[in-house]
Amino acid sequence: MTAFGKLIRTTAFRLTLAYLLLFALFAASLLAYFAWNTRRLINEEITQTVNVETAEINEIYVLRGLYGLARAIEYRSLRPNANLYLVTNPSGQAIAGNVGSLAPGVMATRGWVETAYRRMEETDSRDHRALVYVSELPNGFRLLIGRDLDERRRLFGIVAKAAQWSILIVVVLGLGGGIFVARRVLRRIDAMTGTTQRIMSGDLSERLPVGRSGDELDRLAENLNAMLERIEALMAGLKEVSDNIAHDLKTPLTRLRNRAEEALAKSGSEGEYRAALERTIEESDGLIRTFNALLMIARAESGQARGNMDDFDAADVANGIHELYEPLAEEDGMTLKVKTEPTPVHANRELISQALANLVENAIKYGKPVTQAAGTVVSMDSRQILIEARREGDQVLLSVTDRGPGIPEGDRKHAVERFVRLEASRTLPGSGLGLSLASAVATLHGGELKLGDAHPGLVATLVLPARAGVSDRVAPPTQDVPQKVA
Amino acid sequence: MTAADRTMRLLIIEDDRESADYLVKAFREVGHIADHAADGEEGLAMAESGDYDVLVVDRMLPKRDGLSLIGALRDKGDTTPVLILSALGQVDDRIKGLRAGGDDYLPKPYSFAELLARVEVLSRRRGGPAEDTVYKVGDLELDRLSHRVARGKDELTLQPREFRLLEYLMKHAGQVVTRTMLLENVWDYHFDPQTNVIDVHISRLRSKIDKGFERPLLHTIRGAGYMIRDGIR
Repeated sequence: MTAFGKLIRTTAFRLTLAYLLLFALFAASLLAYFAWNTRRLINEEITQTVNVETAEINEIYVLRGLYGLARAIEYRSLRPNANLYLVTNPSGQAIAGNVGSLAPGVMATRGWVETAYRRMEETDSRDHRALVYVSELPNGFRLLIGRDLDERRRLFGIVAKAAQWSILIVVVLGLGGGIFVARRVLRRIDAMTGTTQRIMSGDLSERLPVGRSGDELDRLAENLNAMLERIEALMAGLKEVSDNIAHDLKTPLTRLRNRAEEALAKSGSEGEYRAALERTIEESDGLIRTFNALLMIARAESGQARGNMDDFDAADVANGIHELYEPLAEEDGMTLKVKTEPTPVHANRELISQALANLVENAIKYGKPVTQAAGTVVSMDSRQILIEARREGDQVLLSVTDRGPGIPEGDRKHAVERFVRLEASRTLPGSGLGLSLASAVATLHGGELKLGDAHPGLVATLVLPARAGVSDRVAPPTQDVPQKVA
Repeated sequence: MTAADRTMRLLIIEDDRESADYLVKAFREVGHIADHAADGEEGLAMAESGDYDVLVVDRMLPKRDGLSLIGALRDKGDTTPVLILSALGQVDDRIKGLRAGGDDYLPKPYSFAELLARVEVLSRRRGGPAEDTVYKVGDLELDRLSHRVARGKDELTLQPREFRLLEYLMKHAGQVVTRTMLLENVWDYHFDPQTNVIDVHISRLRSKIDKGFERPLLHTIRGAGYMIRDGIR
């Protein structure tokens, strides 16, 4: 497509053309209205003057007879810018007046006629137009009084000229403006197209140019950029997942394979085979768990789990998880406590439960108090883990607090990443996905996972908006009514 | 280790030849009759004509997918219990599967012990009215209405959750119940805890119902789960 072809195909240009037509029509109708009204006014004025004069002349004729009439007409004809006068006798011969020639048959009519004429004294051979009134005098004489229409013609000329000019100006300005606007828009669209083509060919880090005017194109570009941001994050997440799968699943797979190989090569008795096979199953179960957790995180991060949102009380989740893990904690020599207040939330119940379960499992695994130096008093609650559900402003907080060594501030961001197992925990079993899953779940609900210092210990908090997800219900006031749980 | 007190007729609808052969063989080894269909259309035809106790249906099948197969069966008023096997193991997929008319959902990869336990529970559900008000295993009695539990002459005090745990185990007395089944049915969680959280609950329960008694009733089935039964059968 040629550049011009592209230009005239733009919406801006087409709009301009449409407006151009509209304005031209407007200007033309305005001028037409003006011209028509002016013509009417001029005609009225002429009619009036002529009517008055006809009446006067008639009176003169009645009072002074033909002679008086002829004199009056001669006299009036000599006035500057005189009207047109002509008196004919019954045989049609002119006896007085200043009209040299007329269109044939005019004198035979009665009433108003528009006609071509020439003045008597005029030397040029040009016809003029006039509006005349022909009336009959008693005894067959005829009287014509009229007025030249030159004035009207000049006026029309002016109007026509104005129309020409205004339409010309409208067209030139409109076309110019249209082309200017269209080219401006086209340039920006071309820039956007170029960027999108580069993005499509693989460079996801490109962003659309955003101007400063904040107009609709800028807003569109901003939105598209936000979308690209999200796509890039998702792609990065995907890449990270595949990298992690490659790295952290291959290790146990290799272990698995080595065991099987070793068993094949060395084992003699059925018992040895059995033991090797049992270890193999154990190892593959661990792999499956890791794999499931990874998929879950990926799904939570991509927002796929956004369906299945319910209204429920987060306190119930906290109590449920407490009930589930309390015996396990006790067996590990810890105390699991729960403190809740009604905290209605709109969320994916299953995912929130799982996230909280992960935090509790972490607390049980890693939240044991550090061995105290001799002499320091170990407080009574140093083996206590506290699950809390509470509401703070428009946020729902689900937190798990332990009295263990905690996580140094610098490591906290790092700890949430996939497969990251901090130095201190490397010797304990676990996939290193617990916190990343909890974090992904929080993000899915428009919240976040916060790790903080409990002096001593770690406080891990799922911060969720009280109305996560889409809910058209009005948030109840802070004095909450416990919500019915489905 | 099988607790099959009666032979089940199973139909396995699975397009992967190797998995299907493995399942057919494994079910036959524990004393059940298993047939195999390799695609959705064949599976539907066989399920309609044969009198099966449980259908094991893969979710993604050639010709007709698992969910539509179940839908077609249910539309015809066929209530044969269906267990869906699927590589899609997420919560929302499971819900979709159950909504389509499946009775249970097991994500791949699964252990045969888990599948067997679930299939047996499904066939039992169909088999008879297990909704008695009082469950009895040996001298252990559980009254579902008054929430009373007694072993012999001794009244036992159980926490509400322990009661529900025991109730579920006794409802399926003589059948293997896996940890996942317990987590799903007693706690209504569908995730996989990384810790032995269920074992601890069981050992608490065990200390209440078996401690001090000569014959243990609550057994651990290695590699599978738990079973409550009277003596060694």
